[in-house]
Parts: sequence; C-alpha cells; structure tokens
Amino acid sequence: MSVLEWMPFSVLLPLIAAPVCALLPGRLLPWLLALISVTASAVIMAFVLPQALVEPMRYFFGNWPPPIGIEYRVDAVNGFIGLLIALMGAVILPWGRLSVNREVPERQGLFYALFLLAFSGLMGITLTGDAFNVFVFLEISSLSTYVLVAQGGSRAAPLSAFRYLVMGTLGATFYLIGIGLIYILTGTLNMVDLAERLPAVADSRAVQAAFAFIIVGIGLKLALFPLHRWLPGAYANAPSAVTVFLASTATKVAIYVLLRLVFTVFGLEFVTSMPFAEVFFVLGIIGILFASTWAIEQDNTKRLLAYSSVAQVGYMALAISFVSIAGISAGLVHMFNHALMKAALFMCVCTVIYQAGSPHISAFRGLGRQMPLTMLAFVLAGLSIIGVPLTVGFVSKWLLIEAAIAEGSWFAVVVVLVGSLLAVIYIGKVAEAAWLRPAPEGREPVREAPLGLLVPMWVLVIANFYFGIDTRLTVDVARRGAEMLLGASP
Amino acid sequence: MDWLGHLNYWVVIFLMMTGFYAVIARGNMIKIIIGLNIFQTSVFILFISAGKIIGASSPVLEEGVDLYSNPLPHVLILTAIVVGVATTAVGLALAVRVRENYGSIQDDQLTEDEDGEPSP
Repeated sequence: MSVLEWMPFSVLLPLIAAPVCALLPGRLLPWLLALISVTASAVIMAFVLPQALVEPMRYFFGNWPPPIGIEYRVDAVNGFIGLLIALMGAVILPWGRLSVNREVPERQGLFYALFLLAFSGLMGITLTGDAFNVFVFLEISSLSTYVLVAQGGSRAAPLSAFRYLVMGTLGATFYLIGIGLIYILTGTLNMVDLAERLPAVADSRAVQAAFAFIIVGIGLKLALFPLHRWLPGAYANAPSAVTVFLASTATKVAIYVLLRLVFTVFGLEFVTSMPFAEVFFVLGIIGILFASTWAIEQDNTKRLLAYSSVAQVGYMALAISFVSIAGISAGLVHMFNHALMKAALFMCVCTVIYQAGSPHISAFRGLGRQMPLTMLAFVLAGLSIIGVPLTVGFVSKWLLIEAAIAEGSWFAVVVVLVGSLLAVIYIGKVAEAAWLRPAPEGREPVREAPLGLLVPMWVLVIANFYFGIDTRLTVDVARRGAEMLLGASP
Repeated sequence: MDWLGHLNYWVVIFLMMTGFYAVIARGNMIKIIIGLNIFQTSVFILFISAGKIIGASSPVLEEGVDLYSNPLPHVLILTAIVVGVATTAVGLALAVRVRENYGSIQDDQLTEDEDGEPSP
C-alpha cells in the first residue's frame, strides 16, 4: 500500500480502536491499545507530510471522486497540524497513565475509548476536504470531550462540562447554518468546489450571512475572546490528562478550520471585502490584554494557565488579522509552539497536583527544593511562553512582531510586548512561590514525581528549546502553508 | 414578495430565535436543553426545505419522471439528528450529575467550584 492509501488510517485506526478499547478489561490493555493506535497515527502523518508538501494528497472514499464522494485532502497546512496533533497525543498518553490511574480509577476502557474518539475526531476535522464532514468530526470530538471533562472528579466537573456542551453545541449549530446557506447557494460541500463556485455568488447577502455564522460558530470552538467563557472551567475541572490534551490540540484544530474556510473556501478577495481583519485585530488585542490580566488574578494554577491559553488564542487571532503571508505563517508557527509550551506547563502543574494534591499557588510554596526537576521544567516552559530567546515562544513572537512591523502596526507590537510582560508576572507568581518561599510548616515533604511523569514532561521541555533553535521544520512548513492559503502557490 | 411561499423559512427563523432565546435567557438546565433542541430542529428544517424542488418526485428512479428532489440534504440531516440526540443524552446525563453534586439544576445560580477539590 502506498502512503496515500495509508493516509486515511491516521483517522480510522483510532476510530476503530475506540469500541475495542471500551470492551477491554483492566487498566493496562486499554491504555496500550490507545497508545499503539495514536502512535501509528503519528507515524502515518510523519510519512504523509513530506509528500503533502510536494503536492496535495487526495484520497477519495469508496473511490467516488468529489463532488459526489467525500475526499481527504492533505496539503502543507493540514499535514502540519495533523502531525502536531498526533505527536501530542503520542507524548501525552504515556504521561497520562499514572494520573488517569489516580483520577479515573474505574472503567478505564471507556475513558480511553472516549480519548480515542476525541483524538480521531480532531484528526478527521484536520484531514477532511468536505465542509459537512468537518461538522460530523467536530461533533464526534466535542461529544467525547464533554464526557471526558465530566470525569474530573471535582464537584464542579459536570457543571463545567454542561456549560461547555451548551456553548459547543451552539457553535457547531452556527457552523451548520453557515454550511447550509452556502450549500443552498452552490450545491456542493467539497471545499475546493466551494472555492470555485462561491465567487460567482459572492455579492449576495446570504453568503455574507453564512460567513458570519461560520466565523461565530468556530469562534466559540476556539475560545476567541468574548466567546471564551467555557474554557477556564472546562480546563480547570477536567482530569489532568484531558486538560493537557485539550490545551495542546482542541483550539489549534479550531484555528485550522477557521483558516481553511476563510482563506481556501471563501477566498482572499471575499475576506478583504468583509470586516474580518478589523474584527480579529480588535478581539485579538483585547483577548491578549484581558486574558493575561485575568491569568495574573488566578489562585488556581490550572485556571491561570487556562486564561493564558485564551491570551495565546488572542496572539493567533492577531497574527491572522494581518491577512499577509508573514502574519498567517506566524499564526501557524505559534499554533505549533503553543501546543509544545502549554502541554509542558500543564504537565508540570498537573504533576504537582499528583504529588502535592492541590492546584493552588499556596501548595507550590517550597516545591523548588522538594520537586526540583518538575519546577525547573515549569520555569523553562514558562520562559518559553514569555518569549525568551532560544525558546519556541521567542520564535513565535519574533515572527508576529515582524509581521506587525511589515503592516506598520506599531500598536500591535506594543500589545505583544505588554502581553509578554504580563506573562512574566503570571509565570513569575508561580515560580516565586516554588523557588523563593519556604515550604509551609507542618506539611509532609513532597517527593519528586515518578519517572513516568517526568520523562514526557522533559521531552516536551527539550522540544521547546530544540524547535526554538532549529526552526527549519516549523517556519518553512508554516510559510509554505501560508502561501498556499493565500493562493500565492498552488 | 411572496410571503406565503417562504412560509417554511419564516418557521425556521421563528424556531431558531425561540430556541436561541431559551438557551441564553433560561437558567434551568432542562429548559436550556429544550432550547438547544428547538434551535437544532430549526436548522434541520432549513436544510430539508432546500432539498425540495416544486413539482419534483421523490428521488427514486422511475420511468416517466425526470425531475427529482435533492436527497442529499435529507442524508446530511439524518446525521445531524443523530448528533442532536447524542447531545441531548449527554446534556441530560450531565444535568443528573450536577443535581447529585449540587442539589439544583439552576445553572445561573451555581458557581464552578474555585478550588476544584474532590467532592465528598
């Protein structure tokens, strides 16, 4: 079989493995099956990406060519995102085993089945070339995510999951309305076909309404500021492994869908005729400033990092709002980099919860001496989110500032710098408690985390530095992707 | 303008706004789920309306018929209905869990536990 024929299996393998996983007894087998299928998915994507860079790979399901059948279409953009998601899954599962044993002690077969469904949903959204198929996979991943969030064990977990469900369903239904309107106008759901047929009807009010519905629907999914209300609760109350996985993949996929629909389907000409760039510029900037400030106010470190995620979505929205090759490639690079740094940070915090039992900053006091490897990882990943040179965060911010200067937007440059300073405060708050405060008296000494938690965490921390120094993969692929989205290259 | 000819679209808009209002304005979780259902149903009608072609037969191959309705929206909506049912089921299950934990399903009166401690 050729790489092309293997490509759909990066979605299908976890999807097929999920029901099997639900039937497996005990703790080891479901985890092992989940790990194998997610790793296989990552390996397939690693073979797919180099070919997709040469020319888009198209797989027709049931050998029905589009527009009749559904196709998977992988090019530089979604090959890149797909590889990122699969790799994050393959790093997070080994880390998650211990924390899942602690937090979801029973019926782990079902837990890993849901994890696989959420994973294959995200992969499906990324690879498909059909606008309605995106909706189906969006709901597969969302529904399993709601249930995963509700497994969090705290009193509020079902409540957070319910609020996420309401917002998520509204978002998906808004998206469905938008797709319905453009289907009525063009009679096709294939993205490439839509791109060909939409310009002829671009002047109509219906297309503009469809665009607005789709943007708001995806905006809810990606937690763009004012639509982010569900995110802090869902991240703070979900089980640790789920939080790490969601924080590093779910919003990235939503941003990919946004880029794909806005630039490939609706096209540059239509987008510039709508107030898209202005809205994203303003929301991005407000998001960066407000969410970073809220992050500083938080006492629960999981919530603190969740607000920081909202701020990072603001950076990506700001990067996209420049509607230039430099801007969009900065956004794509930041998606990759943010996945690395936020996963590492959440792993550190959740490791502290595992060892010390509380996510509060007061529990971090004195941990620098007691859990030096974990807290060192936190500081290094924190430096990355602040944007210190040699880390991936620096690469992101450098590209973003470069794009802003090219557009002559000095205001955006100032906002990015202020955002970094705010990140210094909220990361510094935790680091200061860990390294400079003495441990509270009377507390049992907390021991360093077991290797099962430390190794994946440090793999990500090292990746934060590796991709900060060797930017060939990320920056080059992202630039190719941005050129493709803006139609500068086929 | 042909007001009556667009009757189904008026119904869609009316249901959409009713459902959306219920989701935003109601605090009771069951009412929120009912609102979500009405909202989703309006979208189903929007899709199915688009499949109807006036004077066309049902899309089954038959001699002497050359105008068929479009079956694709129905297929899409079958999928969407399944999604809607699943969402309702998960939503109701979560509402049961919330009631077990808080003793109430008034969403607007509950606060997410700030400390995230395990429930007793």
